[in-house]
Amino acid sequence: MPFLFENRQIVTPGDLLAEGDYLAGFNTYKRDSKIYASRLGLVEYKGRKIDVVALNTFYIPSVGDLVIGKIVESNLHGWTVDINSPYPAILRTSEALNRPFKPQRDDLSEFLDVDDLILAKVISFDRTRDPNLTIREPDLGKIKYGQIVKVSPAKIPRIIGRKGSMIGMLKKETRCNITVGQNGLVLVSGRNREDERIAIMAIKKIEEEAHTTGLTDRITEMVRKERGEVT
Amino acid sequence: MTEKIVLVNEDGIRTDGRKLSELRPIKLEVGILSNADGSAYIEQGKNKILAAVYGPREVHPRHMALPDRALLRCRYHMAPFSVEERKSPAPSRREVELSKVIREAFEPAIFLEKFPRTSIDLFIEVLQADGGTRCAGVTVASLALADAGIPMKDLIVACAAGKAGGHLVLDLNDIEDKEGEADIPVAYMPSFNAVSLLQMDGLLTIEEFQQAINLALEGCKQIYALQKEALKAKYQAIKESTEVTEEE
Amino acid sequence: MTSVMVSRIRRQQIAQLIADGKRLDGRGLKDYRSIQIESGIIGKAEGSARVRLGKTEVMVGVKIDVGEPFSDRPNEGVLTTNAEFVPLASPEFEAGPPGEESMELARVVDRGIRESKAIELEKLCIIPGKKVFVIFVDVYVLNHDGNLIDASTLASIVALMNTKIFKYEIKDGEIEKKPGFSPLPLRDIPISVTLASINGILVVDPWLDEEEVMDARLTIAFSKDGRICAIQKGGSGTLSPQQIIEAANIAKEKSEEIREIVVKS
Repeated sequence: MPFLFENRQIVTPGDLLAEGDYLAGFNTYKRDSKIYASRLGLVEYKGRKIDVVALNTFYIPSVGDLVIGKIVESNLHGWTVDINSPYPAILRTSEALNRPFKPQRDDLSEFLDVDDLILAKVISFDRTRDPNLTIREPDLGKIKYGQIVKVSPAKIPRIIGRKGSMIGMLKKETRCNITVGQNGLVLVSGRNREDERIAIMAIKKIEEEAHTTGLTDRITEMVRKERGEVT
Repeated sequence: MTEKIVLVNEDGIRTDGRKLSELRPIKLEVGILSNADGSAYIEQGKNKILAAVYGPREVHPRHMALPDRALLRCRYHMAPFSVEERKSPAPSRREVELSKVIREAFEPAIFLEKFPRTSIDLFIEVLQADGGTRCAGVTVASLALADAGIPMKDLIVACAAGKAGGHLVLDLNDIEDKEGEADIPVAYMPSFNAVSLLQMDGLLTIEEFQQAINLALEGCKQIYALQKEALKAKYQAIKESTEVTEEE
Repeated sequence: MTSVMVSRIRRQQIAQLIADGKRLDGRGLKDYRSIQIESGIIGKAEGSARVRLGKTEVMVGVKIDVGEPFSDRPNEGVLTTNAEFVPLASPEFEAGPPGEESMELARVVDRGIRESKAIELEKLCIIPGKKVFVIFVDVYVLNHDGNLIDASTLASIVALMNTKIFKYEIKDGEIEKKPGFSPLPLRDIPISVTLASINGILVVDPWLDEEEVMDARLTIAFSKDGRICAIQKGGSGTLSPQQIIEAANIAKEKSEEIREIVVKS
């Protein structure tokens, strides 16, 4: 049986995408050798595998993900971190401090306090336990500069672009340092507020138009226009 | 007793000018509340209903969390000004019952097992009621869930059929609901020919009931097409506008 | 301590048996449990009944009061149905305000009585627009072993059948009681029949263990002339349109058998 939609056509939950010997990829499911969409998104037929690129999702942690989070609680063993997910994350003292933690002597809030933002990596997560984070790797830890932009986690791959093309262009054109958290939070830090403003505008535009084609060119043009480089 | 109202005239036309198996005009909008994870709005006849979805998110209170799946909670609620005589804002027994059957209508459609220990909260607010609010509420809630990116087996769509003025009719309005002979709200997953909500009040023979169910399912299929259109509309518009710029 | 939770193994066992057309309690798929009816058991109530459906046990008391009619029905008496899950009936029931289960139960019982027009409410008007009889039907679940809806509907209708209303006369716009009683005017005997769908197979009158494994349940109430007067689907599964029609036909047949038992009692 042929595919029932064109590649990159918008599909809705329950849409029958194909029937027969196919594999159910992202945001699809199989029932009686039929592949259906489970989310609103763009269908992608890739040989035997069928994906739906969701137009909106929430963040479910995955081991190895880089995330940006906010400390919401500090307790005896570490911190609870809001990572923009249904599951709150845990950062243990052993994954934050480079030396053993002594409860009698150390005050955890001096190291990381409630409302602090951190850049961290997910080191474990399964169905039964909340995700654990680490900041004991280069470039991870407390965020001291810049601004945070929140986007739908579904749009993160588009902000990065194929082989980092979009993010590479953005960094170059806006002269900002941009760190993308898989959980839908993006850290933008530039030399001045104007650079940051343009970068944030561009990220918001990518989010809005993520499902369209020719996006990199349009974003480049937009950034240059904002910077007054194009009249 | 007051005078009997003519619900269907000799030409088979109803009080609002519709034919027997004609739906009321339906307007659907998706993604209209910025705070909610998903939201949608419906107008069906004079019904005006908002739906919003929050979640999956941490369950509060914590002890309600389920170890193997997400907890689905649903609140169907009517605004005090939504009906002729002011309705107390406290949830009535009717609203509690409808919240339960609507939740049960969605449970088979959502992949709840994918998000253990979380909750998905579904809110349906009836701003103006014109008969058939539970069905319109289900139809719009389905869009809010899809907008929130909650994975589902199918969209749930709902529509009522029943009997008014001696005729089987589709999508009863307020007066047909109150003065008619029977009302059957049905919620349906069209891709699997599965009914997930079914109620009836009134009096019908089994034969009439069978015909009315089929009529309701036909109505559901028509609304299903509108739901799909509404979900695509928001993104299609952006897609088309950008693709036009490219051609320039 | 007893628990009503059915283990996973028990679930499989029940489902497999049903696939073979058998049930754990020895019934056939379309068999109803034994019905025992007692009526007029609470002297203080104007009407009462106790129904045992297998081990499920429900008591209903009817109290009569005089009150105001609804503004849109000035010449009709008022029916009010309430259901209470008494904590002694199940380890799962807790004392406190009614939950959604008991509210649903009350509303489905009420629907069957109201929509079949079983009570001649128009005969319960005392002074039009001002005073009417108010009928309180209070459902008391005493032991929960499944299918509370049918047991409660049955107990309610039996209680209404033996309900007595005091005689009265009106003097200077006031109600004065007279000696003697007259029966509550009834024109119908609605009977509800509940089926459960378990792995797509319909079974009549599910008991508690079956309710815990079922995909969905469907309650259909019938009036005396064989017309459907109320339907309620419950549970978080689905039914096909064919199953619904099949259930309606089975339920109709069962409702006639049960009505005969009620009339004889």
